[in-house]
Amino acid sequence: MAQDSTESTLVPAKIPFWHDPTKRAIISQVVVLGMVGMLGYYLFTNTLANLEKQNIATGFGFFSREASFEIGESPIPYSAADNYARALLVGVLNTLKVSFIGIILTVILGTFVGIARLSANWLVAKLAAIYIEVMQNIPVLLHLFFWYVVFYEVFPPPRQALKLFTGAYLCNRGLIFPVPEAHPAHGYMALAFVAGCVAVWLLWRWAKRRQEKTGQPFPVFLVSLTILLVLPLATWLLGGAPLKMNVPAFRGFNFQGGITLSPEFAALLLGLVLYTAAFVAEIVRAGIQAISRGQVEAAMSMGLKPAQVLRLVILPQALRVIIPPLTSQMLNVTKNSSLAVAIGFPDFVSVANTTINQTGQAIEGIALIMVVYLFFSLTTSAFMNWYNKRTALVER
Amino acid sequence: MKLFKLCVVAVAVIAIATAGVAVAGETLNAVKARGHIIAGVNGGVFGFSIPDEKGVWRGLDVDTARAIAAAVFGDANKVKYVPLTAVQRLPALQAKEIDVLVRNTTQTLTRSTANGLNFAHVNYYDGQGFMVWKRLGVRSAAELHGATVCVLPGTTTEMNAADFFRANGMRWKPVVIESTPELSKAYFAGRCDVLTSDMSQLAAHRSVAPNPDEHVLLPQIISKEPLCPVVRHGDDQWYDVVNWTVMALINAEELGINSKNVDKTLMSTNPKIQRFLGVTPGMGKNLGLDDKWAYNIIKQVGNYGEIYERNVGVHTQLGLERGLNALWTKGGLMYAAPIR
Repeated sequence: MAQDSTESTLVPAKIPFWHDPTKRAIISQVVVLGMVGMLGYYLFTNTLANLEKQNIATGFGFFSREASFEIGESPIPYSAADNYARALLVGVLNTLKVSFIGIILTVILGTFVGIARLSANWLVAKLAAIYIEVMQNIPVLLHLFFWYVVFYEVFPPPRQALKLFTGAYLCNRGLIFPVPEAHPAHGYMALAFVAGCVAVWLLWRWAKRRQEKTGQPFPVFLVSLTILLVLPLATWLLGGAPLKMNVPAFRGFNFQGGITLSPEFAALLLGLVLYTAAFVAEIVRAGIQAISRGQVEAAMSMGLKPAQVLRLVILPQALRVIIPPLTSQMLNVTKNSSLAVAIGFPDFVSVANTTINQTGQAIEGIALIMVVYLFFSLTTSAFMNWYNKRTALVER
Repeated sequence: MKLFKLCVVAVAVIAIATAGVAVAGETLNAVKARGHIIAGVNGGVFGFSIPDEKGVWRGLDVDTARAIAAAVFGDANKVKYVPLTAVQRLPALQAKEIDVLVRNTTQTLTRSTANGLNFAHVNYYDGQGFMVWKRLGVRSAAELHGATVCVLPGTTTEMNAADFFRANGMRWKPVVIESTPELSKAYFAGRCDVLTSDMSQLAAHRSVAPNPDEHVLLPQIISKEPLCPVVRHGDDQWYDVVNWTVMALINAEELGINSKNVDKTLMSTNPKIQRFLGVTPGMGKNLGLDDKWAYNIIKQVGNYGEIYERNVGVHTQLGLERGLNALWTKGGLMYAAPIR
């Protein structure tokens, strides 16, 4: 009772808001936000006013104007008669292409080197260590210049191209190889492959449940591989087994037909992958070493094979340590791909640079570059965060 | 390097975002207060702007900048050179990082309007051409169907080439590399069949080729490239100074005044020469400069003909005939308005 009465006398009926920490925090945050907003507004309006006084055009109206410049390689049809929006889209797709392939190759190579670094074989471990030390200590721009120079200095001109096998050539215009002539069966083969993937996924679930119930293992890997190979192959046979190839042939200045992997693309991909894989290898090594030796010994004493120990015991736990830093290396591949401009691969920055110069609208161009890279980076990290959460939950 | 370039453009963007706007007379006053001119140049084209082995800047564009310094300060050495890539040059000028751009820049409608730039009198009439490997046996640009072409980004060259191949219904594959030395290295290593650029630059590239005889310049000129010094919109007085400096170089050649005889010609009784050299005062004052402005230009830098022969003429490595760049009295296009 006495306590109650003291409390009621200590607590005043109403606290002035400047003494209330919660309200004070809110007010200060509103003030700071307002100031930042005002600064942004000032910069924005001042820029517009200055540009107008200097008679410099503003806005994104140039999107629909004819680009009238050519782009070296493009995953979609593009010509100089298309508009700037399409030219920029080509740049985005090129960046996406090199980043996507680059990330996959980086993770595969990095994982191999990281595991090799821990190998009991002295030679393998030392080679991996040397690879890591050399690759990660050379600036990535030098990697690009080096591989680009290798491509155009070492390989012969197209007329003296090295013939790898019938229809495949290597020269300083790139690696040229034959592709199957377009045929309706190809579409059905892709469908069959997707159907195979779904079947494999269902098979894995079924096999896992069966093993949990009965303890009987099922040769999932072999069966999945068979499904993935046989389904498209069967579709191909049903579709009349089209064998016609689009074989490159030398005409005029260059090879016509087939598919060309350009030196710019190859040098960019090689440079990015070799450089970043060294970092990924160290991350993988750290992740594996984070797992206590006792776990491995326990797994081996249960009679698991080394491959099973790696797949069932080490990797699921190591992944939790590996994924967050791995995400940032993936982002590095994407961001470093903007160095493409130095060796002439038409990535997004390269196309945007040309656009800036032709239209003179640097602010819009730079803003676009920032938005596109921000989008790529945020999407990648959102996906990786989701995956990280999943692996973490599955483990517990 | 890439980061640096992006930084330059980014800083330029910030500068545009925060800077005030040019008022007439502002640039000249700022230049005078600073004590030197900041000129944007190419920095990699022999004969136009490149530092020699002692680090001294040489070239036709460099001499144009020196002439402006001579007109403003009476001292041609008061210039600071900023090498810029094709992509950086316009933002650098718009953002006031440089006072004047003398970097073999072609005058176009878009640049004069949407980019907010003023082009002074042409200091070199150029045209775009093609250089090809001799071993390919190509004689005409019409035979270039399917060729791989090395080209600089952010230039009128890039668009002219696209126009040319489109107009003639030919396919081609561009290789676009931003730095001039890297681009020419790629061409000389055989990455491309063709290098396309302004004829003067092709001659410059060929003069430094590992083996110049392996390459031929095709006879076709596919574009007009009037190369001019450039300033920003909005400061007419500074535009006048730059514009009339180029006019003075051309007028001096027409009047027969050069760096060797300029002191003697001060005694001339020709009223045109008297006005030009400031013996009759008034011309310099109209520009906001000393009346000796033109005298200083010719004394220290020389007339247009001297500049041309010294940097790109037939006795240099480039060996370029005057051609379009001869005086109008000699069948060329160099025709400057009278100084009076």
